[in-house]
Amino acid sequence: MTTPVGAVMVVGGGISGVQAALDLADSGFKVYLVEKKPSIGGTMAQLDKTFPTNDCSMCILAPKLVAAGRHHNIELICNADVEMIDGVPGDFRVTLKKRTLRVDEKKCTGCGVCAEKCPVETYDEYNEKMKKRKAIYIMYPQAVPLVYSIDKNVCIGCGVCAEECRAKAVVYDKSDDALEISVGSIILSPGFEEFDATLKKEYGYGVYKNVVTSIEFERMLSASGPYLGTVMRPSDGEIPKKIAFVQCVGSRDETVGRTYCSSVCCMYAIKEAIIAGEHSENLESHIFFMDIRAVGKEFEDYRERAENEYGIKIHRAARVASIEEDPVTKNLIVRYSENGNTISEEFDLVVLSVGLTPCNDAEKLSKRLNFKLNKHGFCETDTYNPLSTSRPGIFVSGSFVSPKDIPTTVAEASGAAAKAASLISSARNTLVTVKEYPPEIDVTGQEPRIGVFVCHCGINIGGVVKVPSIVEYARTLPGVVYAEDNLYTCSSDTQERIKEKIKEHRLNRVVVASCTPRTHEPLFQNTIREAGLNPYLFEMANIRDQCSWIHMHEPEKATKKSMDLVRMAVAKVRLAEPLKKFKLPVNQTAVVIGGGLAGMTAALEIAAQGFNVHLIEKTDRLGGSLAKLQLPEGGKKPQAFIDEMIRKIMESKNITVHLNTEVTDVTGFVGNFKVKTKDSEIEAGAIIIATGAEEYKPMEYLYGQDDRVMTQVELEKKLADGKFTAKKIAMIQCVGSRNEEVKYCSRICCAHAIKNAIEIKKRSPATEVYILHKDIRTYGFREELYKEASSLGVNFVRFSEKTSPTVEKDGNALVVRVMDQTLGEEIALKLDCVVLSTGIRPNPDNEKIAKMVKVPLSKDGYFLEAHMKLRPVDFATEGVFLAGLAHWPKFIDETIAQACGAAARAMTILSKKELETEGIIAAVNEYVCDGCGICEPVCEYKAIQIVKDPSNPEKLRAVVNEGLCKGCGACVAACPSGAMEQKGFKTVQMIAMIDAALSGGD
Amino acid sequence: MNEEPVRIGVFICHCGTNIGGFVDVPAVVEYAKTLPGVVFATNNLYTCAEDGLASIRDAIKEHRLNRVVVASCTPRTHAPLFQGVCEEAGLNKYLFTFVNLREHCSWVHMKEKEKATQKAKDLVRAGVARVRLLQPQEEARIDVEPKALVIGGGISGMVAALSIAQQGFPVYLVEKESEFGGFVRNLNNLYLGGKDAMETIKPLIDKVMANANIIKCLNSRLVSVEGFIGNYNIVIDANGKEIKDKVGVIVVATGAIEYIPEGLYGYDLYENVVTLTEFEILCKKKALPKINSIAFIQCVGSRGQDKSYCSRICCNVAIKNALNVVENYQDMLGLGTGEIVEKVPVEMKAPEEILERRRRRRGRRERGEEEEEAPSPTTGKIEVTIFNRDIMAYGVEHELNYNRSREKHVRYVRYTPENRPKVYKEGDKLVIDYWHDTLKMQRKMTVDMIVLSTPLVNNPDAKELSKMLKVPLGQDGFFLEAHVKLRPVDFATDGIFVCGTAKGPADITECVFQAQAAASRATIPLARGFVQTEALTARVNPTLCTGCGTCIEVCPYKAIQKNKDGVAEVIVAACKGCGCCGATCPEGAIDLSHYTDMQLIAEAKAALQEVIE
Amino acid sequence: MSDFEPKILGFLCNWCSYAGADLAGVSRYQYPPNIRIVRVMCSTRVSPHIILEVFKAGADGVMVGGCHIGDCHYITGNYYTERRVKLTKELLALAGIEPDRLRLEWVSASEGEKFANVVADFVKQIKEIGPSPIKNNQEMMTRLSAAIQAAKIFRVKLVSGKELKLTTEGNVYGEKIDQERMDAILKSVAQAEFKRSLILELTKQKALSVKELADAIGETPDTILDHIVVLRSKNLIALSGIEGSSPKYKAILVGGV
Repeated sequence: MTTPVGAVMVVGGGISGVQAALDLADSGFKVYLVEKKPSIGGTMAQLDKTFPTNDCSMCILAPKLVAAGRHHNIELICNADVEMIDGVPGDFRVTLKKRTLRVDEKKCTGCGVCAEKCPVETYDEYNEKMKKRKAIYIMYPQAVPLVYSIDKNVCIGCGVCAEECRAKAVVYDKSDDALEISVGSIILSPGFEEFDATLKKEYGYGVYKNVVTSIEFERMLSASGPYLGTVMRPSDGEIPKKIAFVQCVGSRDETVGRTYCSSVCCMYAIKEAIIAGEHSENLESHIFFMDIRAVGKEFEDYRERAENEYGIKIHRAARVASIEEDPVTKNLIVRYSENGNTISEEFDLVVLSVGLTPCNDAEKLSKRLNFKLNKHGFCETDTYNPLSTSRPGIFVSGSFVSPKDIPTTVAEASGAAAKAASLISSARNTLVTVKEYPPEIDVTGQEPRIGVFVCHCGINIGGVVKVPSIVEYARTLPGVVYAEDNLYTCSSDTQERIKEKIKEHRLNRVVVASCTPRTHEPLFQNTIREAGLNPYLFEMANIRDQCSWIHMHEPEKATKKSMDLVRMAVAKVRLAEPLKKFKLPVNQTAVVIGGGLAGMTAALEIAAQGFNVHLIEKTDRLGGSLAKLQLPEGGKKPQAFIDEMIRKIMESKNITVHLNTEVTDVTGFVGNFKVKTKDSEIEAGAIIIATGAEEYKPMEYLYGQDDRVMTQVELEKKLADGKFTAKKIAMIQCVGSRNEEVKYCSRICCAHAIKNAIEIKKRSPATEVYILHKDIRTYGFREELYKEASSLGVNFVRFSEKTSPTVEKDGNALVVRVMDQTLGEEIALKLDCVVLSTGIRPNPDNEKIAKMVKVPLSKDGYFLEAHMKLRPVDFATEGVFLAGLAHWPKFIDETIAQACGAAARAMTILSKKELETEGIIAAVNEYVCDGCGICEPVCEYKAIQIVKDPSNPEKLRAVVNEGLCKGCGACVAACPSGAMEQKGFKTVQMIAMIDAALSGGD
Repeated sequence: MNEEPVRIGVFICHCGTNIGGFVDVPAVVEYAKTLPGVVFATNNLYTCAEDGLASIRDAIKEHRLNRVVVASCTPRTHAPLFQGVCEEAGLNKYLFTFVNLREHCSWVHMKEKEKATQKAKDLVRAGVARVRLLQPQEEARIDVEPKALVIGGGISGMVAALSIAQQGFPVYLVEKESEFGGFVRNLNNLYLGGKDAMETIKPLIDKVMANANIIKCLNSRLVSVEGFIGNYNIVIDANGKEIKDKVGVIVVATGAIEYIPEGLYGYDLYENVVTLTEFEILCKKKALPKINSIAFIQCVGSRGQDKSYCSRICCNVAIKNALNVVENYQDMLGLGTGEIVEKVPVEMKAPEEILERRRRRRGRRERGEEEEEAPSPTTGKIEVTIFNRDIMAYGVEHELNYNRSREKHVRYVRYTPENRPKVYKEGDKLVIDYWHDTLKMQRKMTVDMIVLSTPLVNNPDAKELSKMLKVPLGQDGFFLEAHVKLRPVDFATDGIFVCGTAKGPADITECVFQAQAAASRATIPLARGFVQTEALTARVNPTLCTGCGTCIEVCPYKAIQKNKDGVAEVIVAACKGCGCCGATCPEGAIDLSHYTDMQLIAEAKAALQEVIE
Repeated sequence: MSDFEPKILGFLCNWCSYAGADLAGVSRYQYPPNIRIVRVMCSTRVSPHIILEVFKAGADGVMVGGCHIGDCHYITGNYYTERRVKLTKELLALAGIEPDRLRLEWVSASEGEKFANVVADFVKQIKEIGPSPIKNNQEMMTRLSAAIQAAKIFRVKLVSGKELKLTTEGNVYGEKIDQERMDAILKSVAQAEFKRSLILELTKQKALSVKELADAIGETPDTILDHIVVLRSKNLIALSGIEGSSPKYKAILVGGV
């Protein structure tokens, strides 16, 4: 193949697409991120909090959106649809249709005056129609890109927005554009739609005001939502005292043609119930589950906390039959069946946990791009290629593959990025832009010559604050040699102007008084850098978000406050120093610890991208736990797949395999690790931990005492060898999981057991099979297995959380007694075989490895990632990544996807020859530091070490690893001797600012 | 501005017995004295008489009055008088309020003295409440550039330019063609006297060319205009070179063009079917084909067929041409070279084309490639029929022409819009198939030639010009005057005037009237040298205005524009103080001086008993 | 109620209707003395909120007089008058005051007799309708104040100011909005802003819950909640506390009005 195009198109700007785009862009590829809505962010932008950490969704998402929006290798193409694709993998030509926004994206500054003045109100989709927006609007305040667009359907064309727009950005007759782009590979992550609850007539959604969907409830909970976080009844604004959460609405439900499980509803319902509880005390929440599918990391604890701490009432195996409204009180009578009897109960508010359905344009996409959908309308993939569509060169991630939660989605997105990258790795860095800057002007020793630029922001600031008087005032401040006001300081012509002024007045410090540094600082820093100034000789005064917008009705006071803010900024910038970013060389080699499925996959992915990998396996063979499985998975014997991988690994010249090898020590940091084994020392830029996990060896249920009691793995072996003859068997779930000592759910046992049960039934339908369980947790499309098993006559017997079955010998027979929750009575089964679905246990080596690489473990003993939601395969320690069972029990496809993800994350480092350190980092004043070491544990990033002072061995002192320091300043605050300083936020600078704040203002 | 406490004087007029006879004036005076701010109140037999005026003058001095209320007749006749007195006494005349006790009270409530008296008190109270809030106002003078711009060099434009120039003001006369004369240059002879068209306007053109005050711009167009009365900055593209100058007034005389009847009556299908204007050209060029019969069809494309209006002149022009044909057909043949046009081809009706074709044929003939054919003598008499809906031969002269044409056996056939005549061809004969309304039967008539009387339609440039000048077009695309009856040549926008066919079909005589009217209207500010601005104008509060631009849309005088900060700004010289913008302004940023919200509300509240101070 | 003497205020334009009134005087056409006339240069100057203020001051009726359509001294002024009066009637109705108490009349300078007759007829009409309902009725006062606020709100004034252009010349897309749709738009805008202003008026003194507001305003609680959502996002009203299960709201005075 001729050299491919070094660009990737990512379709869908949700968290999945954004993650994939960032990983690719950071690994040297050009990315076109195509989003059908006017702004990126997807569903996650609508969520209030996220389980199981209760992080604020927008708070963790927004930085990623901004990063994607500002990344010089990512081009956002919003409000656009994919029309057509032709070409071959490595060289696709894509035709896009960009629907007009009727606003000039280059001119719009997102100031929002147009929307404020627009007379037309319509319902706001972002807030699920519980709030109003205008005919000209942005989807949400943090929208990226921050460009307004006109909703022609409701616009009356009065023309006021064009009149009010000082930037002259409104263009009513702007037409749609057709774009053509060339890309080497494509990633699809168009996400999902919520199930349309009106289809469940019996629940009265859309008829009864107080029946809402879970996504609507998210908006209700959100502090930025319609009710500003107070949960209220849409019917009358009263605070509900009793809420019902109805599960599986549009999931596991043939009547609406949705036979699969949506995987996330159980957890988000629990989360919403918890948060609702936090919002209003003595709230009574009921959740009506069929099965509680808390299969993820920490999910079981979360569920338990919900029940025990928050007193959330959990109904199991309880399907809600119907909901009716009391016409007077607008309360809702929920009819449901539990333990065989039908109950009616009254609630103030009902939340329908709606399932996930394929995104609206799935059909259209599959036709236009010519790839297959599965029977449920999601994208078709297979167990061993979970990230590939049926069309080569087009990859897929996120909830377009199957319903899934955020962490899995993010890991997959990185995985898809790896796949997309390896296809075109030979074209890496061919299309990315590297910015060239003029040499930096040395300002050391110069008197401060400060330039102040005050922004009107159209009328956002100018309409309240008297901007000219701010400018006048700024001129009087010490060190200020130039000040002016701009209609929009962020507009591109103003950037040129700032550069001119810097030259004209030989400015060596710049202050911009406008909006928030969180979005705009990089822009201005870039500008002054282009004019030859160090970007840290800059300060922003936030006189919009933190002044004019919040003091609209007190212009005088607002003006005075703005003066104070400008004075503070000037005081600080006067003491600003140029900060250097250091370049650390990167050893472009990876070490993968663990030779199981995850390790092998990660190694192969990195190798495929042309980088060297050392694969370290402690046993004498590759394959890990997967090798134990005997029966086909996804139409293929696992062993066959493993052999294929091993062959590839052996063939690959980039991979060095170290069998019978254990890691003895790890030193160094990102880009420059040294991994020691008994016989070698490997230098690597990144490390992937894929050390897997173990199967629980049971002691209960006569295991080991009676060979008719076996584990699923052993059963599988028997089946594979055709040695299984039992005629009446029972499988006991949750053996060594979800009990006192191991609280968590091992995720895979239910499906595993059912798979084997089906196998048995298929071989001899006469065989009686009982599966004794607490919940059946066949999430996602695995629900199909559950259905199949039931239809084959497998008997499912549910026992409660508290009780558990007993197995005893009765003479020769095995007797299992279990409390059948549904019948409410104990049953006894005479059996000739009992199969134990044993849980998964963390690898005992984890502790040792964790210490060596300085990464944490979760309390269950699995490795703990940097962030449960958005950094599922990273560690807080840069350069170290995580994949496979070492992270958490998971299925084959999940493991492969995650391993690819870990590879992609590693590539963001390995693909660079050198890394740039932060400018704002901690620095030790070695004369003052007495090496007390208080700072060392305080540091999240393990960036501080206490070492012997070379000049004076008695003396200890702290050294900051500039490669690792993220400049949070925790150590600075902790340092008792004041030896620590944070560059850019030095104590003197802060004090100067504070003095300025308190002084004057006269 | 005016800090010291208000000291109001109230002067109540008996108007002989007109008020005194029905209103207890002394009681009202006594009541007035009790009103807050009133330091002096009196009554006069006739406040408008010299002694009455004197009493005001004296009281202002003696009691240091800084507000004056006169309660007598109507401000519409007497306000200037009393305001004058105030000014003499050194009081700004806008610190005066008029209360109408006669027309609005005594005269209309003659039979209810008490109620009338009570009402009089209320009205005085309201007047006092108003005057208390009044502020001095100033009228500004804005100089007028003593130059004019006339757009369009047809009859109207030339006449207007000439009469302005003759009054000694420089005039730019801008014509897009290479010569002056406009539409008339197409015409053969003119009705009423039948003088040759060019001969008639030649002297006018000569005068224009000769007049030193007229700056003649041929092959020229107006590029841009901005400003307001007295101060229009114009840019002219004069035959390639750019002229920038300032003029005080602008006259629009861009004229009209002829409607092309595409798809009507076989115009674009058959030979010898031409429009009225094309017919004129043929006549003028003596390029009429040989014919024995001819029909005129009136109201083609007008009066509802496409355009709604009546084009006013076509009937008379048709009659004129009918007479021409009947009387001088022979003179309009032979292209002056003795050879006769066969037929007027469809494809290109422009006479030049016809002539060209003829020349080529002559050439061939001379070269013997084509044999000579003798001009076939045409029968002396020609059948002329005029298909019409109504003959609009208005006025004395036209009616006489109409009669004369009937005497000459011109046939008039009336049709109704429901069944219009149809034109088609049988063999090489043109056929008109029509419903004879009087005979109530369908008839057929073959003719050699058909003339379609199509209306005048607006000049295509009009739209752009109306945007440039910010003056309106009517529904049918002609320029729209300020008032159809009373301001026929003015635009609402001060300093811009209109005349001629630019504002609708008109014949030459009418164009001349209008042109002269426009010229005399235009010279008023030029001669005066300044415009007096209204004291009562809209005032924008720039801190409240966000620039939504609604006021600019609603202002009938285009007296509001946005300044560089994007907020509204009143062009004082153009503002007439109607207050529409003030009532419209969504931000409440505009108020009307001397009729502020506060003043109106205070006056109204006071007029009702519940005085809320 | 024969002894009821209505208080009627007339806003007359200087050029036609005021002159008409003068002519009535000159020709001695008698009419009942209930009307008090305020002269304006053009009827277009009379903003809705001014008319409403007059009702608030206790007028039983208000008459607006202008030139006949097409004769306006200021060319198009009375076209806008027509629409302003329409809006004002809308707001009066919302406030619970009979819209017939507001009357628009075109009277030319030559129609003295017509003027006299119009006034006589109007007085008669108002006598039939009876005294203004706002007299010593706090609730009506509040509603009227809300109407006055609504009449000053940007949205309302903008839409009514654009009405003529949108229905006759067309909008920025060159589409004409037909009068029916325009009326519907203006009506809904006026209603929404009136309700919101009323919510603010009511919550100025004491904090109220959605239900209480719904009862006070005579509107379904869910629509009230919709308005509350908008008012909160505009920072005009705030959650002041929760009683039992009822959140209570209070107008933010610095923000409001």
